[in-house]
Amino acid sequence: MKELKLMKGNEALAEAAIRAGCDAYFGYPITPQSEVLEYLSREADKRTGMVVLQAESEVASINMVYGAAGTGKKVMTSSSSPGMSLMQEGISYIACAELPCLLVNVNRGGPGLGTIQPAQGDYFQSVKGGGHGDYRLIVLAPSTVQEMADFVELSFELAFKYRNPVLILTDGALGQMMEKVELKVQKERKFEDLGWTTTGRNNGNGRVITSLHLKPDQMEEINIHLQKKYKTIEENEVRVESKNCEDAEYIITAYGLVARICNKAAELAREKGIKVGVIRPITLFPFPKKEIKELTKNAKGILDVEMNAGQMVEDVRLAVEGKVPVEFHGRMGGIVPSPEEILEKLEEKFIGGVV
Amino acid sequence: MTEEIIIAGFGGQGVLTMGTILCYAGMMENKEVSWMPSYGPEMRGGTANCITIISDTKISSPIISKCDTVIALNQPSVEKFEDAVKPNGLMIYESTNIIEPPTRNDIEIIGIAGADEAAKMKNTKILNMIMLGAFLAKKPIIELENILAGLKQVLPERYHHLLPLNEDAMKRGMELAKAAGVTA
Repeated sequence: MKELKLMKGNEALAEAAIRAGCDAYFGYPITPQSEVLEYLSREADKRTGMVVLQAESEVASINMVYGAAGTGKKVMTSSSSPGMSLMQEGISYIACAELPCLLVNVNRGGPGLGTIQPAQGDYFQSVKGGGHGDYRLIVLAPSTVQEMADFVELSFELAFKYRNPVLILTDGALGQMMEKVELKVQKERKFEDLGWTTTGRNNGNGRVITSLHLKPDQMEEINIHLQKKYKTIEENEVRVESKNCEDAEYIITAYGLVARICNKAAELAREKGIKVGVIRPITLFPFPKKEIKELTKNAKGILDVEMNAGQMVEDVRLAVEGKVPVEFHGRMGGIVPSPEEILEKLEEKFIGGVV
Repeated sequence: MTEEIIIAGFGGQGVLTMGTILCYAGMMENKEVSWMPSYGPEMRGGTANCITIISDTKISSPIISKCDTVIALNQPSVEKFEDAVKPNGLMIYESTNIIEPPTRNDIEIIGIAGADEAAKMKNTKILNMIMLGAFLAKKPIIELENILAGLKQVLPERYHHLLPLNEDAMKRGMELAKAAGVTA
């Protein structure tokens, strides 16, 4: 029997965390994602005994995640743009120490303290390593409330498979909107000794988790190992969705909720006789380079649409290697583009406004 | 069937709730639903609105700039959303509060004195249900019994003694619309 509920994106994500058997959440409230902490505070402990703690700051939250992740538990935090910036140091430590955890960024308008409306200005921070050093997060970008829920369990799977932090990058609109969501059955919380976890000596040799390696040759070894891991992730974990690209003259690339607005723009375009397809990267790292190159090889042009000044568009350009013209349309600061506006831009940039 | 609706008014008039009720009710009929609220400073005493989409097929964009129906509960909403109605679409407005009604002649415009009626029923908070009733009289996209079941889901249990009043308000809204010559 399917369990269908009408939920906000933030609530669906929180509910999915409980059901995925998440052990602990550490976070600090910030609009537009405070529902995650609110929901978990209300529901989690009484249902599964999951620890939910409002820390004194984002810096404290991420370091609590670091500590708890070191025990091999399923742990997570969530925040929105300015809060994520505060966490970057800790994220870099976690990436170096190779600890699995789930991070959630409900992106709002920036830079600075910015607005509380939806935006995608944190793409670079999320996929290029927002903190210091050469590290990567696995980044998943949901586009529906259903995916807000589904990606929680997937994130934990990937995080433990690769011993790497996974980031769900979403935005304020998806966090606040309601849709139907089908919930998974409750998973049991369980503890396993994974071989690297720091859970007491148990008369054996102590295990050490650290990101401090003072000898450069040792640090280089760790870097080489990390890069190898990221390569494996790039080879195995690309996820991408494409719609009506087979016969498309023009292709729109977009991620998250914006991709759905672009789907509507593509529908409007087809009503006018312009064949438009849409490619939606689901994993932003690893980025679907090959897939985009392949799917756009016969296209006359690509319009990349984002709620920022043009970030993912750089990766799209790299993917197509100059073989297809790539144009960009973006809105910033918390403004969401409309389907009509996207179609108008596509016509203006490629067809010269005359159809 | 796909019905894209923008519901707008002052914060506190229950515009977000109207959308939520429609979504719950739509879900009971196995329809696809989406509800996108305006959120932020405008909710605190200013204007609030939500985009509600009910459809038999998968909903692509939950954010739209053109819609089938606008339900406006205050003057700023008329000004902001009159142009959002697609040609041949529908605009329902609350005619007690709104002194300058919509003027487009390529859409159907229905004025319902919901606030007056709510005052007559001795509870100004049921204005939103009266307006929802008027909308359903014109566009019966969801069965009445499912709307009532949806209402039950939305209303916290401590207010369930108000369910009959809300039901009456919705039926009153339907009657007002029919009296104004509205047919489905």
